[in-house]
Amino acid sequence: MVPNAPVPRPHPANPAVPMLTQPFQIRRVRQETPDTFTLALQPAWGAAPFCFLPGQFNMLYAFGVGEVPISISGDPANTQTLVHTIRAVGTVTRAIQKLKPGQVLGVRGPFGSHWPVAEAAGHDMVIVVGGLGLAPLRPAIYQILAHRAEYGNFELIVGARTPGDLLYYKELEQWRGRFDFRVHVAVDSAGPEWRNNVGVVTTLIPRARFDPWHTTALVCGPGVMMRFTVQELLQRGIKPENIYVSMERNMQCGIGLCGHCQLGPYFICKDGPVFAFDQIEKWFALREI
Amino acid sequence: METLQPILAAHPFLSGLESKHLENLAECASLVSFNPGQMVYTEGQTATHFYLIRYGRVALEIHTARRGAITLATVGEGDFLGWSWIVSPHRWHIDARAIDLTRAIAFDFSCVLRHCEADHDLGYEFMKRFAVVLAQSLRFLKLQLVDVYGA
Repeated sequence: MVPNAPVPRPHPANPAVPMLTQPFQIRRVRQETPDTFTLALQPAWGAAPFCFLPGQFNMLYAFGVGEVPISISGDPANTQTLVHTIRAVGTVTRAIQKLKPGQVLGVRGPFGSHWPVAEAAGHDMVIVVGGLGLAPLRPAIYQILAHRAEYGNFELIVGARTPGDLLYYKELEQWRGRFDFRVHVAVDSAGPEWRNNVGVVTTLIPRARFDPWHTTALVCGPGVMMRFTVQELLQRGIKPENIYVSMERNMQCGIGLCGHCQLGPYFICKDGPVFAFDQIEKWFALREI
Repeated sequence: METLQPILAAHPFLSGLESKHLENLAECASLVSFNPGQMVYTEGQTATHFYLIRYGRVALEIHTARRGAITLATVGEGDFLGWSWIVSPHRWHIDARAIDLTRAIAFDFSCVLRHCEADHDLGYEFMKRFAVVLAQSLRFLKLQLVDVYGA
């Protein structure tokens, strides 16, 4: 890769028959936090392996209830098992939460653009996530770790409201034990038994080690958190075209037809959800849009 | 004779400071360490020092009768700790407790103020850096109040 060059833009890769729902059977359910759970799914009728790129999402269909867009949070190298981490906050996600192993739900996808993980080879990597934002970035982490030698410094910065709200707690502990990348964790509030950082996740960015001229940053979390994180990353000297964010809107069709997820000139489901910051800077913090 | 100047110069808060200013500040500095669990300072005590953390982590806490100690924030390597010394009545208004073994540079604040009064170039430089610390703390505090994960 040419030093100091912006990474190539990710291109959306959508399914051939985007409106066709495929039945997937639930193999495992794991409770991550009180309101968040992870499903491991397999094609119900022994269909073809499921291929996706980190950052893409599926439309999950609870039969008779409705569809929701959910990011894929498993390992992209594992094409046999599809993994989704879901927060039960609405009618559909609560209906999915009630499903047990062996039951079936519908899957359409994968949709949308992806994190430019392969494209960023040769760069230092900084991943900043807040709350549930770790789920859409976990596939990118798996991919970087699978090709670790191709990247420079790798810093993972994780924020959550409390220690009990941290996703994939055991996996985070395992990652912290590795010698080939650094994991920083901060929670907004904690009791004295918590022996790690307390404060907003952006306080950890000044501690990350990277060469801003050769760094790609991937950011995912609540809107306010992403806004302030991008400010800190820009302040550290990372170029706007090398900062990627995942946007969230009311996605319904998944292919840019219905218009529900429009953001300025873009449809989040088709052109996103992953955007380079310079692509959407104008609309990023715009109110009432 | 060994001086603390190289150690001071290596800390981000003082990085780039002129050597004559570092020399003056070194007169006010001493190296300190705190074991895990040890209090760096306690609410209500007279604030006589401030600290630049070299290694380790310190929790800033408020103690409540019902919930015990509540951690408001943590500071670590490269951070500034303790700004109650700057305004009267120079008392700590929260607790600071070492979480890990923590090594820091402690500054006698009356000595630092004396040097800042005597040399306004140093005073201005010091206050500029201090203002950044305060502004950053306020920015982070506001974000914490918003509860970004619940917003």
